[in-house]
Order: sequence, then C-alpha cells, then structure tokens
Amino acid sequence: MGKYVLQRIFYMALTLFIVISLTFFLMQLIPGSPFSTAAKLSDSQLAIMNAKYGLDQPLPVQYAMYMGNVLQGDLGVSFQFSNTPVTELIAGRIGPSLSLGLQAMIFGTIFGILLGIIAALRQNTWLDYGSTFVAVLGKSIPSFVFAAMLQYIIGVQLGWLPVAFWRGFEYSILPTIALSIFPISIAARFMRTEMIDVLGSDYITLAKAKGASGYEIAFKHAMRNALIPVVTVLGPLTVSLITGSLVVERVFAIPGLGEQFVTSINVLDYSVIMGTTILFASLFIFTVFVVDILYSIIDPRIRLSGGNN
Amino acid sequence: MRKFSFLLVLTLVASIFLAACYGGDSGSDDAGSDDAGSDDAGSDSAAQELRVMESSAIPVMDTIMASDTVSFTTMNNVMEGLYRVNANQEEVPALSDGEPEVSEDGKVYTFTIREDAVWSNGDPVTANDFVYAWQRALNPDSGSSYGPYLMEGKIAGASEVFNDGADPSTLGAKAIDEKTLEVTLEKPVAYFKSLMAFPTFFPQNQAFVEEQGEDYATSADTILYNGPFVLENWDGSTDGEWVYAKNEDYWDAENVALDKVTFNEVKDSQTAVNAYESGEADITTKLSSELVPQYEGDENMVSWLEPTVFWIKMNQTNEALQNENIRRALAMAIDKQSLTDNIFNNGSIPANYAVPKEFVQHPETGADFREANGDMLTYNVEEAQKFWQQGLEELGVDSLELRYLGGDSEAAKTSDEFIKDQLETNLEGLTITLESVPFSVRLERDTSLDYDLQMAGWGPDYLDPISFSDLWITDGGNNHMAYSSEEYDRLLEEAQTTYANDPVKRWETLQEAERVLLEEDAAIIPIYQRQSNILVNENVNDFTYHFVGPEYSFYPISMGE
Repeated sequence: MGKYVLQRIFYMALTLFIVISLTFFLMQLIPGSPFSTAAKLSDSQLAIMNAKYGLDQPLPVQYAMYMGNVLQGDLGVSFQFSNTPVTELIAGRIGPSLSLGLQAMIFGTIFGILLGIIAALRQNTWLDYGSTFVAVLGKSIPSFVFAAMLQYIIGVQLGWLPVAFWRGFEYSILPTIALSIFPISIAARFMRTEMIDVLGSDYITLAKAKGASGYEIAFKHAMRNALIPVVTVLGPLTVSLITGSLVVERVFAIPGLGEQFVTSINVLDYSVIMGTTILFASLFIFTVFVVDILYSIIDPRIRLSGGNN
Repeated sequence: MRKFSFLLVLTLVASIFLAACYGGDSGSDDAGSDDAGSDDAGSDSAAQELRVMESSAIPVMDTIMASDTVSFTTMNNVMEGLYRVNANQEEVPALSDGEPEVSEDGKVYTFTIREDAVWSNGDPVTANDFVYAWQRALNPDSGSSYGPYLMEGKIAGASEVFNDGADPSTLGAKAIDEKTLEVTLEKPVAYFKSLMAFPTFFPQNQAFVEEQGEDYATSADTILYNGPFVLENWDGSTDGEWVYAKNEDYWDAENVALDKVTFNEVKDSQTAVNAYESGEADITTKLSSELVPQYEGDENMVSWLEPTVFWIKMNQTNEALQNENIRRALAMAIDKQSLTDNIFNNGSIPANYAVPKEFVQHPETGADFREANGDMLTYNVEEAQKFWQQGLEELGVDSLELRYLGGDSEAAKTSDEFIKDQLETNLEGLTITLESVPFSVRLERDTSLDYDLQMAGWGPDYLDPISFSDLWITDGGNNHMAYSSEEYDRLLEEAQTTYANDPVKRWETLQEAERVLLEEDAAIIPIYQRQSNILVNENVNDFTYHFVGPEYSFYPISMGE
C-alpha cells in the first residue's frame, strides 16, 4: 500500500506538470492582448506594458520563469484586476463555490443514492418509475432552465426564499437544489442499476436463505457493493461541483470561481487562466487518487499494490 | 456502521468547510441582516438606503490603475478630482475652489484647492497630492494604461516621462504651494475640464500610499477617501458585495442625502430583473435587449442614448475597398432602421453619422453637434445600386467577395447575419463571408489589418467631439483601416492648433471633418448608436447617469415618495 501510494504521488506530480505545460503553450496560441485597454494604447505604450509584465520575452523564457515561480508558490498577478495576486483572486472566490458545491454534493448524493435504492427494491412499481422520472428530468433539463425556474417560481412568485446574492445559508438553498439535480440523477441511475445487479447475485440469495431481513440485505449486503461504480463517478463530479458552476453562479449572482474562470479566458488574463487550471487539475488528480483509496475500504476484494498490474 | 463511513467523513469535512465559509464572511452576513432591516423599512420613506446591482465586482481602487466602468464609477463616488460632472452633464468645480486662472495661450491652468477638502484620515487635500498621483501614473513601473493614454500629448512632458524616462519633476504639473496647483499643457485642450473630472487625474495622498505599499487600495481600510461617500465594506477585487457610507467629512456633505448604498455584482440581466421585481434591489444593471420590450412604457425604466456608435470599418488595403463608389454603395445598402427596430428593439437608433447624437453641444448656441451636418450616407437602395455598378465597372469585375469580421456573442451574430443579408440582397454580385471571433482576436486582426469589413464601436473617454474625430487621422492609433485623407488630416490639425483657443471655429472645423469623412470619402459605414435601459425603483429620486468614464453619481440621489 505504501509503495503504491508513493508511486501514485509521483504520477500525480507528473500529470500536473504536463497539464501546466500544455495549458501554458496552448494559451499562447489564442491571439490577442491581455490588456483590456489595448485598443486605446499606442504601439510604444503597449510595448512598455508588455515589457513590464515580461510578455516581450521569447516563449521558452516566459515558460521557464513561470515554472520557477509556480514551484515557489507564486502564481503571478492578474491583468484584469490590475496586479492583484492570482492566489488572492482564487482565495477570495473559492469560498462560495466550495460551500455551494459541497452542499449540493452531500444533498445530491444522499438523496440520489436513497432514490436509487428505493427504485431497485421496488422495481417496476410507481416508486421506481417516479425515481427514474426524476433522474431523467435532472439529466435532461439544462441547469440554466432549472435554475431560472426555481428562482422565478420559488423566489419571485412565491417569495419563500431570496432570489439572488450570497449572504448566508438561506441564500444558498435555491442554488444548492439547482446544482444538486445533476448528482441526484447520476447517483440514482447508477445506484438503481447496480443494486438490481447485486440483488440478483448468489450471495444475496444465500443471505435470504439464511433468513436475513430485507432491510439487512439491502443496506448491509447489497449497498456496499453497489456503491463502487457510484463512488467512481462521484469523485470527479465533486470536483466539477466545488470548482464552481458557471450557470448556477450566474443565475443566483453568487461571487464564485466559475464565472471568474470563464471571464479570464475571454479576456486572456494569462495568470488567472493558469492559476485556476492548476487548482482544478490538482483537485481532480487528488480526487481520483482518493477514490482509488476508497475502493479498498468499500470493497475488501480490491487490493492496492504497486506495479505488476 | 463502517459502510457509511465515507459518507460520514464527507459530511464532517463538508460541515467544517461550510462553517468556515459562512463564518469567515461575517461582513457579508452583517450586510444581509441589515438589508432585511431595510426591507421592513421599505414603506418608511425616511430610510436613506439604496441597493444597487452592478455588472461586475470592483476590479481596482487605485485611481491610476483603473480602466473599467465599475472602478471609475466607484471612484467618482468615494473620491473627487478638480472637477465633477453634475446631473446635467456639466463639469462643475469640485476640489478646485472656483474656476482656475487660465493663461492667454490656454496652456497654463492655475488651480486653487478648496480649504475644506480633507482626506478621510483628516489630512488636507494638497496640490502635491495631484502632482504625486500624476507622476505615479506615468511611471512605467506602475503599469497604468490610462495614465499614458490620457496624459500623453496633453500634459506637457508626459510623453518624455513615460517613454524616455525623463525626470518625473519635468511633468507639467507643479505644486506652487500647499493649495496651488499649476498645470502646463502641451497644447490647449478644449476638453480639459472633462479630463479633470476623470478618475485617472484624481489626487492621491503620498504619505498614505507609500505607507501602505503593496497593500494600497486592496480593501476598504487601505484607501483614503475624499468624496461624498466612503467604502465601508469592500474586501478587494473579488468581493461580490460592497457598501458605501456617507462621508461626514466631505466638504459638501450637507447636500448628500443617502446614508448607505449597498452594491451587488450581478452578471445576468434576468437575475437583476428578478431581484428588482422581488424588492431585493432598487436599481438593476443594464437590461439586455430581449428584456427591454416587456418594460416598454414602464415609468420605472430609465433610458438614455449612450454616446457609443457602432460602424463598419472598410479596410482600404483591399483594392476593391479603395474604390469610393464601392464604399459608398456598401454604406447606403443597409436598412439600419429595420436593424434597430426589429433586431435590437431596445431603443438604439440608426446612425447616419460618426459623432453621436445628444453627446456634445455647440460652445455658444448649445445646439447639438448633429444639427449642422444632419444625416449622411442614409439608406437608399437605388442610389447604392448605381454606385455599385459604377464601382464594379471601374474595377473591371462583375462580382466581389468580402470577409466580414464580427463579434461572437449571440446578439452580434444575429445582427451581422442581418447586415450580410442586406448587403447581398441589395448589391448584386456581392458575397459576404462572416467571421465571428472573440473581442481580443478582433482587436489583433484590426491591428494587423487582417479583414475587409469589420463591425466595431467606440465609446469616448471625454466630452468632446475630437474623441471621435481623431480616430481617423492618417496612421492614427485606431485608424487601422488604411484611410488617409490630406483634407481630413489638415482639418484635424487646424482644430487643434489654429483654432485651439477659438471654440466656435474649432467646433465648425470638426463638423467639416466629419462631413469629409462620410459625405466625401464614405470611409466608414455608421450603423447605430446604442441606448441604455435600466430599471429604477420609483422611490429613488434624482437618479444620475453620465456619458464618459464613471457611469453614475449617487450623491444627488434621495429616497422617498
């Protein structure tokens, strides 16, 4: 296990290095200037600005400088937010995205898994059809439609919850629901299929023969095995949820990372693009790692070892 | 219980994060509860609290570094320069104690600074505060772009300080004594007052800025204020919610009614309308086109023509576009009325001019700039077709293919499709290839002259027709279409030298220049002038917007029936 973990950490670092390098060079292929005022500046003014930010250097030099800084934990400064350090920009915006994403993830996973189990246990009844309907709906309605509907009906028409902004728990309820519809549908669908599969296997029949109760079979014997595929998809999904949903943040006017990342690409804010990519990639790589470790906890049949496989 | 362990761990971890997130942002929580209070008080007309939605967070609060509307707007409300633009779009003395003394040649201005003007730490505002800020704006190490952009060619010595590393003290801004500021210009600048109301020219307290160092202007506590309001709550450029409080030390505080203004960043126009409709905010962001028709005739919708004009640039490195008849034909073959009525439908109007309507007025008669020249290059299919045939004959071809460079937003694509259709339908033998690209790409291709036709727009930074006129001089920084007219260059030169101190002559010369550009040369195809529409609660009195730089002033506003 220890050897396996070490090996994985090496590969994780390598992956991250490749992601950073690729993003750096791909980004330079986008034509244009990161200065929003470029249209107003004269050529000599632009040249002085480029020199100040090191953009007049050849690409390999810029790359080497950037990598050197990254290793020292310096992600550079933003162009768009004139000289604000990228780490501050990310730190200032990740809070809402993180708490919203985690809320949606927890609510979505628990609710989705329950929905899937119920559907599997009561296969082909109205409960099953009902939960399948919810899952299909969640997968097929675009989130901007769902978010806008929630906001309009519950916020504007009924006035039960705040329409927008980010000022505390009650402000997070509608966006959480809007964001969790996706994990709900994914968890429910996977859970149902797996549960049905597992419930048909021999050891469940044995458990039944031994006289175990329906509750015991479902939650003690079946659920554990059925969870594995769900954990596989939920890991990466968590990352995409906590790094900010562009749509939900936009609709509910939440000052999160999603919008900031997209804007930074549009305005060619190089250092913000890089910084956010590094954050997303690290989280993603780390989550995949955690998921693999979780496997061995959930299913003792899976043994982790280095090499040879 | 082991099977639930991972869910448990997840929940625990999550709750730690959640507690941290909400707990850490106590400032926002406070604002939330305060706001609930103001909701209850909504019927009480005495509560002088306003809630506004802005299109972005505040990117920067260091005046010399700003280049965007939200920053400029905030600075205009919490800080102040020599002049301030009032609700009638006139520049009135602010930090300047009355009008300055101006030398006979119009190049030297001597300002006296108000005795009662103070910074929020109690320091008086001095002449040196201006000198310091302007020198800082021209230091290449600062990385200011608006500094060189607005000062070069206007303030004496600015170009040398920025480009050639001349000693900052050679800049034409001197503190004669504590309260006397002398500004020397390179040449007379007709719109100098308008510039002095622009945040890039605001003063900065040297001792404070140097003491704060890198932290200067990174949060509400690391800024000094000298305007009608102070920032009470702002955690830096990522903060999606910020609050103004009335500045009791402001020299004109007795004429400021609002006690508190709360701002929220809202990116989506529909969200802004929903928050407005449910009473969570008083002023929306600018409405997107599709929302405007549903508020048509609503007395809470405030609309104004922006001085922003959109036109199609014709690149004269293309041989066909060197032909004046071809250009004229293209310019007259687009039904702009139909474009603004049916495609935009937001109150924007067709533009048959290069300098916008309701923007600047005659220095003596007060007549709009537009009155002398009227409409030029108006839509006329028959005429257009005549010019087109003539042009094709001169070129010796019977068909033309042109590339059309446009934006990549949905709205831009729709209107570009419409224009393509108009041109191809009305001009036989013309094929247009649409190229929809992001803004930064369009700029790059504009600079490298890599296009035939290009949809572009211009919003001015100061209240003067020349902010539009000097775009088209030969090799001008924004010409980028190889247009060159000796006549046009001569008129612009005259306006800035011979008639620099003769406002009426200068005005007429600039009008003549516009006539040359459009009527004689058909150099660009003006398309439309944009209208802004926002919703303002009926309890908000004296809502004030501006045309250049800062967008709004909140000091004239009061709440009440």
